[in-house]
Amino acid sequence: MNIVNYIKLEFPSQSTNEAFARTAAAAFAAQLDPTLEELGDIKTAVSEAVTNCIVHAYPDSIGKISMKMRIIDENILEITIKDWGKGIPDVEKAMTPLFTTGGEDRSGMGFTIMGSFTDKLKVRSKPGKGTAVIMQRGLRQRRSYR
Amino acid sequence: MELSSEYSSGRLTVYLKGELDHHSSRNALMDMDELLDEYMPRDCAINLSRLSFMDSSGIALIIRISRRMSALGGRTWIENPSKQPYRVIDAAGIERLVPVLAGR
Repeated sequence: MNIVNYIKLEFPSQSTNEAFARTAAAAFAAQLDPTLEELGDIKTAVSEAVTNCIVHAYPDSIGKISMKMRIIDENILEITIKDWGKGIPDVEKAMTPLFTTGGEDRSGMGFTIMGSFTDKLKVRSKPGKGTAVIMQRGLRQRRSYR
Repeated sequence: MELSSEYSSGRLTVYLKGELDHHSSRNALMDMDELLDEYMPRDCAINLSRLSFMDSSGIALIIRISRRMSALGGRTWIENPSKQPYRVIDAAGIERLVPVLAGR
């Protein structure tokens, strides 16, 4: 596994940072010369993961969210979004389409969308400790990476 | 996110513009509730041609409009979604619930 480039970001769980996080992810991914569709997919997956932290990890407070991105083996983008919030008691159940503990404004489709827009999705969570979502997406190589 | 609307002979068309995420969906939900209360339309068209980004918060908004319209005995559909919103609609599989019409 060859790590070509990486970034680490940290921000508070304010909902204005949803747009910041997905835009930053797209800006980092741009060096891989992605298609518009690939960029849209990356922005969507990041938006879902960060929204989960804001809505579910820190429901009544503002906490810390970290986003790490790295480029592995020239064309795989790995995104890790981590919080130190409530954690998920049953990850499998949380990933079931339409399941949500959120209100009327949540669809229960967040993990489903993260899963369909990435090649690999891993969720590690411990109640009371926090959650890490690790997503990998391979990008079609349109030109060689320099 | 900007929301504008048009009402004519029983049909409410709402135009969503910009980026619809969890942050911007709160106001959109309130605006939609007010519009539905005010007009009690027979049909509701959700026009997404100028929506550049949407995540699952948009799915929640569409499902909520569709439920409220069904309760009124009305129909809901999505018009002309741009590419990214359409991929999210497709991934969420809500087309069975709310049809997507292009070319309007």
